[in-house]
Amino acid sequence: MSDKNDHILEEVSNAEYKYGFYTDIEMDQAPPGLTEDTIRFISAKKNEPDFMLAFRLKAFRHWKTLKEPDWAHVEYPPINYQDLIYYSAPRKRPKYDSLDEVDPELLETFEKLGIPLDEQKMLAGVAVDAVMDSVSVGSTFKKTLAEHGVIFCSFSEALQKYPDLIKKYMGSVVPYTDNFFAALNSAVFSDGSFAYIPKGVRCPLELSTYFRINAANTGQFERTLIVAEEGSYVSYMEGCTAPIRDENQLHAAIVEIIAHKDAEVKYATVQNWWPGDKEGKGGVYNFVTKRGICKGENAKISWTQVETGSAITWKYPSLILQGDNSVGEFYSVAVTNNKQQADTGTKMIHLGKNTRSTIISKGISGGQSNNSYRGLVKTSRKAENARNFSQCDSLLLGDQCGAHTFPYIDVGNRSSIVEHEATTSKISEDQLFYCLQRGIDMEGAIGLIVNGYAKDVLSKLPMEFAVEAQKLLSISLEGSVG
Amino acid sequence: MLQIKNLTVSIHGKPIIKGLNLEVKEGEVHAIMGPNGSGKSTLASVIAGREVFDVDQGEISYMGKNIFDMPAETRAREGLFLGFQYPVEIPGVSIANFMRTAINEKRKYLGLDPMTGAEFLRLMEEKKKMVEIHSKLTNRSVNEGFSGGEKKKNEIFQMAMLEPRLAILDETDSGLDIDALKVVANGVNKLRKKDNATIVITHYQRLLDYIVPDFVHVLLDGRIIKSGNKELAMELEEKGYDWIKKETANDAV
Repeated sequence: MSDKNDHILEEVSNAEYKYGFYTDIEMDQAPPGLTEDTIRFISAKKNEPDFMLAFRLKAFRHWKTLKEPDWAHVEYPPINYQDLIYYSAPRKRPKYDSLDEVDPELLETFEKLGIPLDEQKMLAGVAVDAVMDSVSVGSTFKKTLAEHGVIFCSFSEALQKYPDLIKKYMGSVVPYTDNFFAALNSAVFSDGSFAYIPKGVRCPLELSTYFRINAANTGQFERTLIVAEEGSYVSYMEGCTAPIRDENQLHAAIVEIIAHKDAEVKYATVQNWWPGDKEGKGGVYNFVTKRGICKGENAKISWTQVETGSAITWKYPSLILQGDNSVGEFYSVAVTNNKQQADTGTKMIHLGKNTRSTIISKGISGGQSNNSYRGLVKTSRKAENARNFSQCDSLLLGDQCGAHTFPYIDVGNRSSIVEHEATTSKISEDQLFYCLQRGIDMEGAIGLIVNGYAKDVLSKLPMEFAVEAQKLLSISLEGSVG
Repeated sequence: MLQIKNLTVSIHGKPIIKGLNLEVKEGEVHAIMGPNGSGKSTLASVIAGREVFDVDQGEISYMGKNIFDMPAETRAREGLFLGFQYPVEIPGVSIANFMRTAINEKRKYLGLDPMTGAEFLRLMEEKKKMVEIHSKLTNRSVNEGFSGGEKKKNEIFQMAMLEPRLAILDETDSGLDIDALKVVANGVNKLRKKDNATIVITHYQRLLDYIVPDFVHVLLDGRIIKSGNKELAMELEEKGYDWIKKETANDAV
């Protein structure tokens, strides 16, 4: 089984090269390297307002004073930031005319994941016919959203149309001074998404399908900003279960969420970037800063993530619970196989009174991978009666993989209650044999056991994605038990 | 259906089964009795395809095929069922989901379309009634937090769902109170058909009051040393294993 899996992955990885993205893609790109000129070039290309350029330059100047962090439990060769290309215009022409030209093995992977045909085309870079194309799907969505006053568009578009909103909120949760990768993103971000839910509006759509169709090529420095005004609600889904092969090795995104009084934001993500070959070569480095703030009373934000891809994941979706009675949740499944490394977790910063947070983290490691949970729960002096419950479980699928837990707890007052539970278990021969004896093969058995293990988190995903995520977990772990 | 010839099995170099012969035909119920450590569970595991054991010698043919050519999951799909002595917990996986996966894997192997949700639910209701298990049990995770009795009933329920050709029940009676024992035995009896067979592995004669075997075999130190009908089980219960040891020792002389 593992051979077959490797084969599929290999095919997927070779697909872009085999069909030659050097030849028929229009590349409107900046020369490699990073200087103030590069940043001016990007900003000019995108026709940005002055405040944006000023922000980028400030971020860049600050970034130059920073050192790349080395505290995470991951290892990788040094990145030469002057070798990277920081601007590359999106592709205009489709790569293929029909699905017949796409690598059948890639299509098989899509089949396994149960991705609808039209989305398969989008993901593989095939021209989509006029009747069922994404533009029409997209415009239907847009119309429904507009009727409710919801803004949902690309970051670039938002900069042109809603500069005041961007100016007000961008960097308010993750300032450019936050960390090395956040500063880099703030200087050179390519594009991303902006969502704005007006006061009292319950967003009529799950902001998911639309996003997926449109997000196949958002580039390596994404920026997402979600603002939920008082009493509003939105469920936002980012990412893609299909394996995305990308020529950019370094991905440093920023996501900022602002929830005002009584607002609720549910943010779910499925991340399946190319993890590299069996030796971990060529995989994506995913260094992301995600943070939300519950600004007003009774605000609620939840993060749900399923992480299966990337050679290295460095990601801590965090929440600042500022408003009294606000609620934060973090549900995570992180899977690592082969030589993948993941250092992921969350930070819950309790500032307001009676704030509550829940953390459920399920790490699953196979092959020779390393999977770490790193989390901080902090209650400030004023956060009276703050409560946190954390559960961090690790499941090992072999004897060459590693699972680590780094919980940090910082309690600033006497009335807070912080609970932390952790378990480590191993998939047992008995469990596998029990499944085999019922006619379920090894691959199916691992899929079943792992999905059962991750159920508490998967059940938090929007329905359609939960099904795909289940399949994804099984596929990611093919050949993981020796 | 099942033919075992001169089977020799060891684990880490230690012999456990030492030249065992057994034939099971369609429609038959065989009971294998023996004291602890006589090799009963090892025999069940080897037939089912557990790989920790070394088969040093001998043959097992199942439905006319060499069983060692088939991995465990293929044996299962070919209608071989093992009721486990210690059913394992699979947290987060409901029995319904587990069974649906198993049934559809088998159907795929047989070249059939997967069962629809409605068909599956109907089948499940029918079998639940048949083996008298509580209807909420199937929503729970496989064996998680089950009592000993519930675990064994769940094995019988799975057997009913999978409709095996050959079922091996490995000490399904151990640890059961009399009511649970009756439920388990009733299930087995209801599932008994002309074209399937059952091997009941047990410690005690007690279960055989409810499941009437066609043949009783006594397994001692890796060999079947005596075979007979139901009377043998009763005699054994009365006189104990020492009696049979002596008797066979005398036979040898």
